[in-house]
Amino acid sequence: MSDGTRPVVAIVDYRMGNVCSVQRACQAVGLKAVITSDPEQVESADGIILPGVGAFGDAMQSLQRLGLVEVLHRVVHQGKPLLGICLGMQLLMTESEEFGLHQGLNLLNGRVIRFDCPRHDDGRILKVPQVGWNRIVPAPQIDWKGTFLEGLTADTDMYFVHSYYIVPRDPSVILAVSRYGQIEFASAIRSGNLFACQFHPEKSGPSGIRIYRRFRAKLESLRRECLV
Amino acid sequence: MKPGIRIIPRLDIKGPNLVKGIHLEGLRVLGKPHRFARYYYESGADELIYMDVVASLYGRNSLLEVVEQTSRDIFIPLTVGGGVRSLEDIRSLLRAGADKVSLNTMAIRNPDLIRQAAHAFGSSTIVVSIEAIRHEDGTYEAYTDNGRESTGVEAFQWAQRVCELGAGEILLTSINNEGTGNGFDLELVRRVAASVPIPVIACGGAGRLEHVAEVIGAGQADAVAIASILHYAAVEHCFGDDDFSAEGNLEYLKSGQKFSRIQPVSLPILKSRLMDQGISCRPCSTKEAACV
Repeated sequence: MSDGTRPVVAIVDYRMGNVCSVQRACQAVGLKAVITSDPEQVESADGIILPGVGAFGDAMQSLQRLGLVEVLHRVVHQGKPLLGICLGMQLLMTESEEFGLHQGLNLLNGRVIRFDCPRHDDGRILKVPQVGWNRIVPAPQIDWKGTFLEGLTADTDMYFVHSYYIVPRDPSVILAVSRYGQIEFASAIRSGNLFACQFHPEKSGPSGIRIYRRFRAKLESLRRECLV
Repeated sequence: MKPGIRIIPRLDIKGPNLVKGIHLEGLRVLGKPHRFARYYYESGADELIYMDVVASLYGRNSLLEVVEQTSRDIFIPLTVGGGVRSLEDIRSLLRAGADKVSLNTMAIRNPDLIRQAAHAFGSSTIVVSIEAIRHEDGTYEAYTDNGRESTGVEAFQWAQRVCELGAGEILLTSINNEGTGNGFDLELVRRVAASVPIPVIACGGAGRLEHVAEVIGAGQADAVAIASILHYAAVEHCFGDDDFSAEGNLEYLKSGQKFSRIQPVSLPILKSRLMDQGISCRPCSTKEAACV
């Protein structure tokens, strides 16, 4: 489905929130981005973005109803890059405790849990959801070089809107961590061709757009490999 | 670590122009919204708010155009409000590139719109704007139509109710203080911010950077929306060969006079002063913005 020059990204639209800003960020870095809920279109794209805001259970139901669950598994097993954003990151996990226990896509082993009374250092309770800018720093012994965070400084601010966060079973997938009050959480992960971030790179200014640029570079290099 | 306080330039829009309402004086044309938006983006704004202050049919199309233009090259959250009447209005603003939509008049007339909108687009997309007037007896009442229409709705009860209905944030404006440059209504902001579980964006009254620090400290605001003090500092950077003949009071642009109760300050200076006072903000990195 590519037009021969630019890589094509399928932005998976499963009726959870506004995906227009994700498309605009893709366009800004020269990607051809289609917003789609058609499994065939998702499968034929060079790369996939799984965005989303809203409730985990509703999102999984919606993905199932649209016949997207199997397709997402298939494209990931084919080795296509998938970028999960916010709720899209959480959906990659095994299960979530949001409003009862829900099964996720289980592309990555781990859970999604709620901020439990995050506090300021001075003891005041913080509001949930976290809405606003927060710093991301490399996880212990992790170098961002060669990852989709390459080129960012170690304390870059990104824009977050969330009440839940992921806890991967294998901590080595964690690329970046952030703190909300005294709670530290995984804000970006990578596992094989899966990339995901809790923050919204399309809303995080120039630093966030860099991530889209890395995503495009990744898709281009994969395409060159295919041609060789 | 204390989370960052968001500093949000608020751009009031009439037709194709950025305007600023002065208490009891009417609207002044300041320039073209996109130039200001771009300038604020490059100088470290955390989000932007566009408020359509007239919301006429003519203005509507040009508002959608401004939103669309903004979303192409400005990658921070954009909240758009003013005259939003239905789920369809919200959908068209989101499609044009808004990230959040702010509701006021219609939300008070039909509170169920908040619930429906939060359900359809997610709570984090729905901001409820509360424009409060402080009466002489100390009570606060929510007004609509830019502070023109009384509703009989008590402001603090309304704030609780919009949370229950699924609002993601509250944009809280003091009509008494708005456009005066005399500072925020700290009691109003503190009482709402301390009693609701969602973030409160304080708006209306900033004349100096000390006012901003006050509303974050004593007012406990989670974010601050600022117009005059930023606009009057930005105006000289945002001139172009734009055509303003379409409409508006151009006296200010022609005369170049300043508004005495406003001490203009740029975003980078405002943020660095706040940080000097121990308030955590996202630092401005103009260098990086310039290269993208």
